[in-house]
Amino acid sequence: MRFVVTHAKLLPVPASWRAVFVALMVALSLPAQAAEVRLAVATNFAEVVETIKPWFESATGHRLIVSTGSTGKLYAQIKSGAAFDVLLAADLQTPQRLVTEGEAVAASDFTYALGRLALWSASPALVGADGVATLREAKFRHLAIANPQLAPYGAAAREVLLAIGSWQELQPRLVYGQNIGHAFSLVASGNAELGLVALSSLKGAGRSVAGSSWLVPAKLHTPIRQDAVLLTRGQANAAAREFLDTLKSPEVRKVIESFGYTAP
Amino acid sequence: MPLELGPLWLTLKLAAVATGVLLVVGSPLAWWLAHTRSRTKAVVEAVTALPLVLPPTVLGFYLLLLFSPRSSFGGWWVQVTETTLAFSFTGLVIASVLYSLPFMVQPLQLAFEAVGRAPLEAAATLRASRLDAFFSVASPMAMRGYLSAIVLTFAHTVGEFGVVLMVGGNIPGQTKVISIAIYEHVETLQYASAHVLAAGMLVFSFLVLLFVYTMNRRFPVQVG
Repeated sequence: MRFVVTHAKLLPVPASWRAVFVALMVALSLPAQAAEVRLAVATNFAEVVETIKPWFESATGHRLIVSTGSTGKLYAQIKSGAAFDVLLAADLQTPQRLVTEGEAVAASDFTYALGRLALWSASPALVGADGVATLREAKFRHLAIANPQLAPYGAAAREVLLAIGSWQELQPRLVYGQNIGHAFSLVASGNAELGLVALSSLKGAGRSVAGSSWLVPAKLHTPIRQDAVLLTRGQANAAAREFLDTLKSPEVRKVIESFGYTAP
Repeated sequence: MPLELGPLWLTLKLAAVATGVLLVVGSPLAWWLAHTRSRTKAVVEAVTALPLVLPPTVLGFYLLLLFSPRSSFGGWWVQVTETTLAFSFTGLVIASVLYSLPFMVQPLQLAFEAVGRAPLEAAATLRASRLDAFFSVASPMAMRGYLSAIVLTFAHTVGEFGVVLMVGGNIPGQTKVISIAIYEHVETLQYASAHVLAAGMLVFSFLVLLFVYTMNRRFPVQVG
């Protein structure tokens, strides 16, 4: 049971779900044959997968081989014949597109996580209790967001600023990260005073992020749906389907939520 | 397919300014390296060559820390100029000067070494001041070195990507250079737009190198 011990350090796991996991593990390990699942994961979800991986591997005896990258890059790799069984994308369009193009199994796509945005500053006083007021007062030099053209979190950030009527006014103060992780690092390094970052960047496993933040209400933007899909190459791989089922299990959904996502 | 002139002009402007700054900064440094007998020469040469071997992410990472208003340098800059270095054209010029330093200094140093001391000593016997000797004797003789250095520095700055990506913030007209625009097109699957810019870069880079190598053949270093 070494995996439980290792994991207790990373994440506070309540004793009750340890028991559930042991049960799940025993139940799943009996019929399954050991196989490999080659998984392509959007970078923002990589940390969660690293947490799920040892559980899944011990429970099923399968091996999970994880490659990370931006959804756009992973898409290009899959189109070029990269050997992946499953894609965990950071959007819902890419999995749908892969299905349309015959690279993924029809109707196998589903939403595994919903991203949440947070307005965050590394300085403790900058973000007030009302984040909308902080944004409207504009007492900052730079607001970092992910590039709306490249990243779903960026598109959502743009919607938030449009919804509160500050998009035009904030134009000269906006700086763009290539993805949501880059936007986070621009704020974390102090180069941008404020940023609309992923809540998962702030909450991650056992991480304590200093500064001030405000959770952006989900109603201010289209839900940031992150969809998973079974790729055509993984169609015959039972272990790949098993992994996708695991993602929907209540235990894994709890882990996903502990990282600052909403699990549907 | 509309050609994006914004990133193109910005890239050329950045390369021109960085090359100009490097001419001023690099010449004395190359001169000193060519003539010094100091023990620190190897150290300075190694430091100058660092951008050749370091991944741009290393430079980008340290610049991100240096430019931050929380650092003493970044904080001082904000106090004096009221602007930050990250996300600004000035910041990119500083980054490019560091990034392209060896491309200016190394060809110049080789050229100055080829000129040697004899012509300068001759100039001194004719009562030329050291500065006069540099401008009237050494510089014209090192002209081919200058040409290589300028062309390579300019081209290398045009090809900059990783550092700009990390500290630029992708702002149109300020920090969105060609390489960033290409990256964005590829990521958003606009391959046609990416092709236009990428093919342009390919042709440009080839012509630059062809020019340098043709010059090397036609005008080999001649001294005396």
